[in-house]
Amino acid sequence: MSLWSAILVGLKEIWAHKFRSLLTMLGIILGVSSLIAMSALVQGMENGAKEALIAVGGLQKLRVEPQPLPIEQRHLRDFARGVTLDDVHALRASAPEVVKVSPEMRLEPQPTLAANGRFYRTWMTAGVWPVQLEMMEHTVEHGRMFGEVDNELARNVCVIGTGIRDELFGKPEETGEPVIPIGQQLTINGYPFTIVGMFQHYESEADRKVRMLREQELATKRAAGLTNSASGPKRSRGWSGSGRRGGNYAFWIKNNTVYVPLNTMWLKIKSGQTNAPAVPTLTNMELKIRDVSRLNEALTQIRNVLMVTHRGVEDFTFRTQEDWAESINVFIRNARMSGGIIAGISLLVGGIGIMNIMLASISERIREIGIRKAVGADGADVFIQILIESTVIAIVGGGTGLLTSFGLIKVIGLITPTDNAPVITVGSMALAFGASVGIGILAGLFPAFKAARMNVIQALRYD
Amino acid sequence: MALLELRNISKIYHLGGEEIRALDDVSLDIGEGEFISIIGPSGSGKSTLMHIVGCLDTPSKGTVRLDGVEAQHASQTQLAHLRNKKIGFVFQFFNLLPKLNVVQNVELPMIYAGLSAGERRVRALKALEAVEMGNRLKNRPSQLSGGQQQRVAIARALVNDPKIILADEPTGNLDTHTGEVILALFRRLSAEGRTVILVTHNPEIAAVTPRRIEIRNGKIADKVDDRLAGLDRTKPGSPAPVAAA
Repeated sequence: MSLWSAILVGLKEIWAHKFRSLLTMLGIILGVSSLIAMSALVQGMENGAKEALIAVGGLQKLRVEPQPLPIEQRHLRDFARGVTLDDVHALRASAPEVVKVSPEMRLEPQPTLAANGRFYRTWMTAGVWPVQLEMMEHTVEHGRMFGEVDNELARNVCVIGTGIRDELFGKPEETGEPVIPIGQQLTINGYPFTIVGMFQHYESEADRKVRMLREQELATKRAAGLTNSASGPKRSRGWSGSGRRGGNYAFWIKNNTVYVPLNTMWLKIKSGQTNAPAVPTLTNMELKIRDVSRLNEALTQIRNVLMVTHRGVEDFTFRTQEDWAESINVFIRNARMSGGIIAGISLLVGGIGIMNIMLASISERIREIGIRKAVGADGADVFIQILIESTVIAIVGGGTGLLTSFGLIKVIGLITPTDNAPVITVGSMALAFGASVGIGILAGLFPAFKAARMNVIQALRYD
Repeated sequence: MALLELRNISKIYHLGGEEIRALDDVSLDIGEGEFISIIGPSGSGKSTLMHIVGCLDTPSKGTVRLDGVEAQHASQTQLAHLRNKKIGFVFQFFNLLPKLNVVQNVELPMIYAGLSAGERRVRALKALEAVEMGNRLKNRPSQLSGGQQQRVAIARALVNDPKIILADEPTGNLDTHTGEVILALFRRLSAEGRTVILVTHNPEIAAVTPRRIEIRNGKIADKVDDRLAGLDRTKPGSPAPVAAA
């Protein structure tokens, strides 16, 4: 008996019991589609997390922060001076593993920004050097970054992110035209600053697509003469569409950043505060190292340099992106593992369903098997026929599962919207389909064996 | 050499420690082209003999030689191939597959013989023509009468051109008239030179065959019981038990 005619017999058998076969396949369909959907969701999360990691400068970046002294140095706490500009100069002079050093003097608690009659409390207001631009992967789209001269002269200039533009000057999506407040004034805790530059709008790949779509819709509406730009007063600041959750946090922070020159921050704002330190003290500094593979050497070098400038007082700590990357990897691995186990179990349940149905099918076809054997089918013919039937069920179920997985992802997206669009990979589809076929074969083995071993005389007599 | 040679065949079943001899030292030769009936009451071992002749089973002792092939130690797979090539079965309950139509049912043995689809179709049509069922090709067995179903079953038995047609109570489930038509068909097949074995408990049916073997208590009876075997239609003056077709 040829393989092709065996497959045809299998298909006919499935067609003869349409509803039963559908129910049987349902297990496989659900298993396959949940496996693919799970993998797509995790892939989406991973992509989002990696995107965010790159958005804040990648693995080459590390941060030096002040920290409380270790317990054995507590008696030295009067000598702890925090991270200062001296450290920056020292690292630039004597740590060749460090290619960039960027000091940051943050204003905390967050100041009130005001302009245009509106107020906003942003996420990040910091005095920095121009090098911060490269360090944090910022791109100035409009205007310019302030330069060394602005810093030396402590000029009241600032560069803002689009999130601040949105809050103080209005969103281009709402006004319908670009809003570029270069040259305008804003105040930081009452100190006037001139906006000299604005960053580009940072967003994840998924958000960008959503925004493009919305803009397109808006444009077609406008072309049709419908404007909703000035229809009624602006409503609450609730959900704004610029996601503040999940993997987009990194983008949100970048968009809600105000940079002023470091000297301006120190001389015009910080030094006037009641608890101002005696020397310009940084909140932290961002370093970029030469080579990620030499991270440990770089860390040791930085530590050695800083131990000199801090005179042995260990009041600083490092924070590497590697920790973050590692935690991303651990999280992704766990998510994949748990999702995979659940989907695998549902596939297994589907396989048991197939085996159950195949056993029921052969016991209601004992006479048929007897007749087939009487006219010359040997054990192998019967074995292959049953095996092919179960495999065909699994293949059809697996194929349907591939199709329904797209729908399942849509449904999951509707129920629990995530910022990270699920990504269906070919690998996960192949894996799920292969697993379903494998399970179909496994599930068919025992019933097929049972049918092949059936005694022809008893099978013929059976009724 | 006979087509089928059974030598000292025994079939022994063990039921709860008790030895049951369904067949006891049976020897039998059936020649090419013979038309023969095996008769006997139920429980006589007639079915066991038929199973061994039909290669559905192997004997516990003795040798079976079918068309020159020793079959007593054959594996299940070898038996399946022997059945496929050398034996055509006709059953009391027709045993057609209800999900297949007439042509597909007749094609079934050829599928296992590995014939191509085109060849299968040609030979199935020829066999169906031979049993005058060429006009009901696409019908399901459930749409046919008993006699028609049995003719399809005979076509299925013929289609691999077997050495032996083995019919187990072929008229047992048919009314008298239809039964006669089917018997006439067997007579015609015999006249065409095929070896036909009828297994029956009905003496009137056994009477149509020139040679009759009676099984009694697992042995071949020395002399065929007239009462069981019916009247010999070759005997002058006796009424013919079966109308000529």
